[in-house]
Amino acid sequence: MSRETLFNAALLLGLIAVPAWAVMTDEPFTITLATRAVILALAAAGLNIALGIGGLVSLGHAVFFGIGGYAMGILAHHAQSYTPLMEWPFLIEGTKFMPLIWLLAIVVSALVALVIGILSLRTTGAYFIMITLAFGQMFYYFAISWSTYGGEDGMSIYVRNDFPGLNTLAPIQFYGLCLAILVVVLVFSARLRRSPFGLALNAARQVPARVEAVGMDPMRLKLVAFVISGVITGLAGALFADLNRFVSPTMFSWQFSGEIMILVILGGVGRLFGPVAGAVTFVALEHFLGGITEFWHIFLGLILLAVVLFARGGITGLVAGKEATHD
Amino acid sequence: MSLLSVKSLTASYGVSQALFGVDLDINPGEVVALMGRNGMGKSTTVKAICRMIAAGGTLEFAGQNLHALPSHKAARLGLGLVPEGRRCFRDLTVAENLLATSRLGDWDMGRVTQLFPRLGERQSQLSASLSGGEQQMLAIGRALMTNPRLLILDEATEGLAPIIRQEIWAAINRLKADTDMAILVIDKTLAELEQVCDRAVVLERGKTVWSGTMAALTPEISERYVGV
Repeated sequence: MSRETLFNAALLLGLIAVPAWAVMTDEPFTITLATRAVILALAAAGLNIALGIGGLVSLGHAVFFGIGGYAMGILAHHAQSYTPLMEWPFLIEGTKFMPLIWLLAIVVSALVALVIGILSLRTTGAYFIMITLAFGQMFYYFAISWSTYGGEDGMSIYVRNDFPGLNTLAPIQFYGLCLAILVVVLVFSARLRRSPFGLALNAARQVPARVEAVGMDPMRLKLVAFVISGVITGLAGALFADLNRFVSPTMFSWQFSGEIMILVILGGVGRLFGPVAGAVTFVALEHFLGGITEFWHIFLGLILLAVVLFARGGITGLVAGKEATHD
Repeated sequence: MSLLSVKSLTASYGVSQALFGVDLDINPGEVVALMGRNGMGKSTTVKAICRMIAAGGTLEFAGQNLHALPSHKAARLGLGLVPEGRRCFRDLTVAENLLATSRLGDWDMGRVTQLFPRLGERQSQLSASLSGGEQQMLAIGRALMTNPRLLILDEATEGLAPIIRQEIWAAINRLKADTDMAILVIDKTLAELEQVCDRAVVLERGKTVWSGTMAALTPEISERYVGV
């Protein structure tokens, strides 16, 4: 068993043990913190497919996070106010049913990722970064001006949405649900990167011309990866909105896109559990350093600088070494 | 009808014209050497056939006009390129390099590792850690995994140790004997080309100046156009 497998297993066991630890130490707030880390890890796991395997430096992934958030916010808002979402040409009502909310978040994220991908993947490098950033800003300012759903102030949802068989208001149960989704996505990511599609995508990142010469369209490979990536980040957005019971335009902000990227870089770009390591570290720093000084981002910046300069594989690379890209 | 039909092929890099009229035909099961001194347009011809650069003239493969297709669609028709310099996917293992390009057909991992047992022994090794010869075998295996009808080897054995070169020529011979795959090969070793190839096409300054059977390739012709 490689060091990376051990590291990943330890990380996962740590996350599974969080509720027990929170109960034992009588610090229930830890569960909420861990839920935040798990959801951010999910968002970063989405970006990790585009960035880590496909080499797509997207500075607009907050678009999908925001879409997921607003899918939840809008449906739940109409459900709690007993007003229809749409009456013509057919009636659509709001809902508090999580699977339906996730479905909407996934479908809309996929469609938007498809459109953004088709337009932005014609470019590479700095241009790709700028186009994805521009889309992010478009959605951000649209959300600010969308007064029906709170505009700049955002929207509060009074009660967390429902999931069959669970009391989602119980922090442990909601945490378990989020962790289960993260595990499913990580298993999917692991299988994806070893599938012919994942290998071809990886190859397209390395030598696009060569992939083309063996009969594959690098643009199509990257587009599919971008859509999958957006869908996962969109799902994370819906969960994040449910965690906070609040959605606002900041979910679309470029700062948040940067934050998701920081999680991936911090944990290790392209490493399966990199987003998890990054998100756990980020939330821990935010909590502990944030309690000491409001300027805690300075320390985060220094850590990020150290990672970029001295630990290119991020925390995972630092702990597990270099070779485990194929673990 | 020829599998590949190239007539009066022209191509340029920006304002500098590299091909001035290349003629080349390959039939199924045939092994053809594309010869010429350095800089005479051999690799450019290959790039034009594979639609990696814009070109003029007639360019048909299996009856289809290649000019109308982007390079990945041209490759799907059955063009398998082993590029100069190998260019394996360095971050992938040997097995992953092969799987990444696989398409349904007769060629699979088992058949490729049968042709190149060394690749079978190094399946889980990163391709970046292979020797030059093994990388060349991997590049050939990768092209075979696409189940090509025409295999193009650009500088098939350049810079490789004699023993590895022998293995590569032996593999090309086996492909010739066991399949009806057409092969277009660029190499500088005349002795080996003479043994493997049925015909040769010689380029000089971006133009076909001679074509015929290997038996008809006299020392005078090869000395004059190829320098060997």
